[in-house]
Amino acid sequence: MKPLTAVTPGTRLALGIAFFVVFVVGWSIATFGGFVSKTFLADPVSMLRSGWTLLANQGFGWDIGWTVWRVFGGFAIAALLALPLGVAMGAYKPVEAFFEPFVSFARYLPASAFIPLLILWAGIGEAQKLALIFIGSFFQLVLMIAVIVGNTRRDLVEAAYTLGVGDRGLIRRVLLPGAAPEIAEALRMVLGWAWTYVIVAELIGASTGIGHMITDSQALLATDQIIFGIIVIGVIGLISDVLFAWLNRRLYPWAQLGR
Amino acid sequence: MTPILAVRGLARTFTSRDGSATPALRATDLDVAENDFVTILGPSGCGKSTLLRIVAGLDAPTSGEVLLDGRRIEGPGADRGMVFQSYTLFPWLTVIDNICFGLRERGVARVEQLAIANGFVAKVGLVGFEHHYPKQLSGGMQQRTAIARALANGPRILLMDEPFGALDHQTRELMQELLLGIWEAEKKTVLFVTHDIDEAVFMGSRVVVMSARPGRIKLDRAVPIAHPRHYSVKTTAAFSEMKAELTEQVRVEVRAAQAGAVAG
Repeated sequence: MKPLTAVTPGTRLALGIAFFVVFVVGWSIATFGGFVSKTFLADPVSMLRSGWTLLANQGFGWDIGWTVWRVFGGFAIAALLALPLGVAMGAYKPVEAFFEPFVSFARYLPASAFIPLLILWAGIGEAQKLALIFIGSFFQLVLMIAVIVGNTRRDLVEAAYTLGVGDRGLIRRVLLPGAAPEIAEALRMVLGWAWTYVIVAELIGASTGIGHMITDSQALLATDQIIFGIIVIGVIGLISDVLFAWLNRRLYPWAQLGR
Repeated sequence: MTPILAVRGLARTFTSRDGSATPALRATDLDVAENDFVTILGPSGCGKSTLLRIVAGLDAPTSGEVLLDGRRIEGPGADRGMVFQSYTLFPWLTVIDNICFGLRERGVARVEQLAIANGFVAKVGLVGFEHHYPKQLSGGMQQRTAIARALANGPRILLMDEPFGALDHQTRELMQELLLGIWEAEKKTVLFVTHDIDEAVFMGSRVVVMSARPGRIKLDRAVPIAHPRHYSVKTTAAFSEMKAELTEQVRVEVRAAQAGAVAG
């Protein structure tokens, strides 16, 4: 191995899968070997079996659907509002000076601590869950987008001015296209965080969703179901992440060059 | 003849955060005639780039003014095209779209944009690379695209800030010939900043030497070599004589700049 030397895509995939195998093998040894009590940690086989029961007989697919919808709903609202604000902050320093201190402050407010308030304000319906995801992702996104747009290469800005663009044209034709791939990456990262918030939202005061199933299972000490729920979250997160990354590469081929 | 570009008593002083003032350019006058190729030569840090940036409208003078066709320059505009030393092609646009950038801003129809851009693609020798992204091009090809992008916009004057400074020697010489050929064919007005004496003499029909910081124009010479110029003029007596004189003049300024740096 040499530092920073690339590996072939095939090796990359094989190595990535290999660790999952190592992980499952380690888990199997711990459980089947009797090192860990079944009460605390279910083995992989009973996890899969109860996962199948959940899906086939208890309508868990429905729960998954709800969770996915909440994540994407809350995240979409956050992204739609964060985008114009973040771009405005990145492009115009007075706008940044006005919002940045508050957004930096709001970013550190723990989203989960808002749950009691949100229940008071919005009840335990969908609005409360969407609002939690919004709080968790909006402020992060705004700051990230503002920084990305603000970091636009100044020499490109100057070149554009000498080619005759005005301020609006500069934003539309230089700041936005130049920042787009990095903004897309920021969206991808924050979408990952939204997944953690949705489960928190569903752990408290929900009657549907993966998080709700996990709380129910806790009462039954069904660690196999809990683990299945956690793994489902991981798998969906991974799929959405891979799709998002693929979409970014397709949309911005130029940003891949010279990597 | 009235000059296309007139620099009048231009001075620029940079003020740092602690309030100390650094004069970069002092009371500079310069007239550039239509279709002239003026090279500005000087040691690094002499304010020659500052002068060019003020003409481009990217920097504002502390005092004095710049007139283009008699109108005072207040900011950047499409009438002054610029080629920078750093690679400033828009990485998200292909070669052809980079060249179309200014035309599109003016709302020129796409068909017409492409016709103009393709003409310049041919002139700078990039046929076959129209749909490449900048990162797929060598430094020389990127600067050729940058020249095409500036020219496609039809500017009154082309400003060049050490455009070949980052290129290797061989590429640099080829680029000089290419640009000179385009200038001889198109008869554009060019203001070209460099610290390379060979380049200044070979390219310019007039060479202006700037003093060490704070810069002012200390010498203004017409280059006694006829156009069109072949690269072999670099070995002629006229070329060597002029080069010798300018070398002497620039050396004095470099010495002064170094002494200034030690003293201050």
